[in-house]
Amino acid sequence: MSKETPVLEAKGLGIQFGGLKAVNDFSISIGKSELVGLIGPNGAGKTTVFNLLTGVYQPTEGTYYLNGEKMNGKQSHQVVAAGIARTFQNIRLFKKMTVLENVKIAFNKSMKYSLASAFLRLPSYWKEENEIDRKARELLALFKLEDLADQAAENLPYGQQRKLEIARALATDMKVLLLDEPAAGMNPTETAELLESINLIRDKYHISILLIEHDMSLVMNICERIVVLNYGEILATGTPEEISQNPKVIAAYLGDD
Amino acid sequence: MSKKMKISYLINLIGVILLYLAMTFVFDNGVLGAKTTYITGIAIIAMMTIIIVCSLNLLTGYMGEFSLGHAGFMSTGAFSSAAVTIAMLEAHIALPTLLYFIIAILVGGLFSALMGFVVGIPALRLRGDYLAIVTVAFAEIVRVAFTNFPITGGGKTLSGIPKVSDYHYIFWVTVICVTLMYMYIRSRFGRAVIAIREDYIAAAASGINVTRYKVMTFVLSAFFAGVAGGIYSHYMTAIIPTFFNFMKSSEFLTMVILGGSGSLTGSIIGAAVLASLPEALRDFSIYRMLIYSVVLVIVMIFKPSGIFGTWEFSLPRIIFKLFGKKEAKGGAAK
Ligand SMILES: Nc1ncnc2c1ncn2[C@@H]1O[C@H](COP(=O)(O)OP(=O)(O)OP(=O)(O)O)[C@@H](O)[C@H]1O
Ligand SMILES: [Mg+2]
Repeated sequence: MSKETPVLEAKGLGIQFGGLKAVNDFSISIGKSELVGLIGPNGAGKTTVFNLLTGVYQPTEGTYYLNGEKMNGKQSHQVVAAGIARTFQNIRLFKKMTVLENVKIAFNKSMKYSLASAFLRLPSYWKEENEIDRKARELLALFKLEDLADQAAENLPYGQQRKLEIARALATDMKVLLLDEPAAGMNPTETAELLESINLIRDKYHISILLIEHDMSLVMNICERIVVLNYGEILATGTPEEISQNPKVIAAYLGDD
Repeated sequence: MSKKMKISYLINLIGVILLYLAMTFVFDNGVLGAKTTYITGIAIIAMMTIIIVCSLNLLTGYMGEFSLGHAGFMSTGAFSSAAVTIAMLEAHIALPTLLYFIIAILVGGLFSALMGFVVGIPALRLRGDYLAIVTVAFAEIVRVAFTNFPITGGGKTLSGIPKVSDYHYIFWVTVICVTLMYMYIRSRFGRAVIAIREDYIAAAASGINVTRYKVMTFVLSAFFAGVAGGIYSHYMTAIIPTFFNFMKSSEFLTMVILGGSGSLTGSIIGAAVLASLPEALRDFSIYRMLIYSVVLVIVMIFKPSGIFGTWEFSLPRIIFKLFGKKEAKGGAAK
């Protein structure tokens, strides 16, 4: 890491649910275009970290920054507007809406036409609607989903739903992408395709990615750095080689699973 | 705007004008004989009901939240507009009927929208079925308040409201209201609202300000309900607060659900049929709610999404099909 401001930085983040400290003293720093893995046994607090970083939960301790700007206290939609987008462990698509509309939703924050424009179908309505239609189709094409644009999202096979979720997150025009187990439930072919997509969007958009994944080979393969979480606390941080040889990590994984 | 879109709009406009001409021909020439006035009255109530049921569908069908107090918004519109036009009459402000009518429905709509804002902000920030509870309470408060305010009749019938609602105006206001609601749904605002219905967490995570769009939709729904109220009071010329009770609210909700929540076509037909039926079947009026309930149960069993589901009628689609052209993308109004 160079001395320039990290894109995403967390310092001592923590949250308590009743008596349970789900996440404690979580610090991380992710640079531009960097891909960092977040791993840990079930219930370690990985998803909770994502919820803390996206305004779903407000941290009870610590702060986090996007490009140096403090993000504590922001609501979900404000966090997205600032530039942090995510996908969900249990896919959350707008099921009854079409594939195309799912992506269009994420463009809403960049749309400006007024209520009056919508009511009267003024030129600004047509201009912006046509523009996001084009952009949304382009994004779908990137994930080879363009032929499914008019399908209801719920009708897509599992692997494609995962991809659509990533496409939707990308449409928010973010700087940091948080992916929560994107390969869960995928077969090896789908996983390979997913890997390809992740690499593609990194190269194309120069975004930073924080990736939660249980598939070790996938994590070891593409992450530059890995953070291991156990019982809500960071157990180890390092390169894939360092992590795979770390005795504490091996113990945590062998002990729990 | 594509050429096909323009043609679609034109076809819709022509369709609406033809409908209007047919209606005026029937009503003005007394085609129905002695019953003409009576049937005109039914048509007026039906059109007004169409507006309010569509406005309720914005909430129930598109936003996925229940308002069990829509009669309260209608009441707000009816009484506020009446208070204003009565005051105007007393001040001897001589204006053309049309202007009186427009002022009445705008005042009704705006007052009701203001109430929607006041009720919606606290209720919509909370997750869960709070809106249903809060709207019931709201409608009750409105009813009790209007029974006691001198300006709303002070417990007696509020009469002397200028009769400025006539079916020509009401027809066009209904067309405009339904079109505006349709345009709203088929815009970024409607898209956001539907996304919130589908999954509000995902909507927020996609950059949608959930509370803002919910309040906006609720206020809009209240506005149109208020417009319907303004039409009502200026057609009836005498109104009582107890008319806008919980039964009335549930009737509107029944119409939405029977027609299909998520289909304006369903709301239009549901409202038109159910608003005119009890008039046509006067003798059975005491059994009305019983019949509604039975029909509702039957529909819920065999088609839980309502008779029309989310299907929308489209005149241009039919015409394009008849003339072998490809369907216009995205459909068109009505
Ligand atoms: N809203 C909440 N209220 C109470 N406890 C919670 C809440 N959210 C998470 N937890 C608890 O925090 C702990 C961490 O959960 P989290 O979902 O972050 O784990 P995870 O690492 O993502 O696990 P998995 O690999 O199964 O997805 C769990 O014990 C969970 O029960
Ligand atoms: Mg998780």
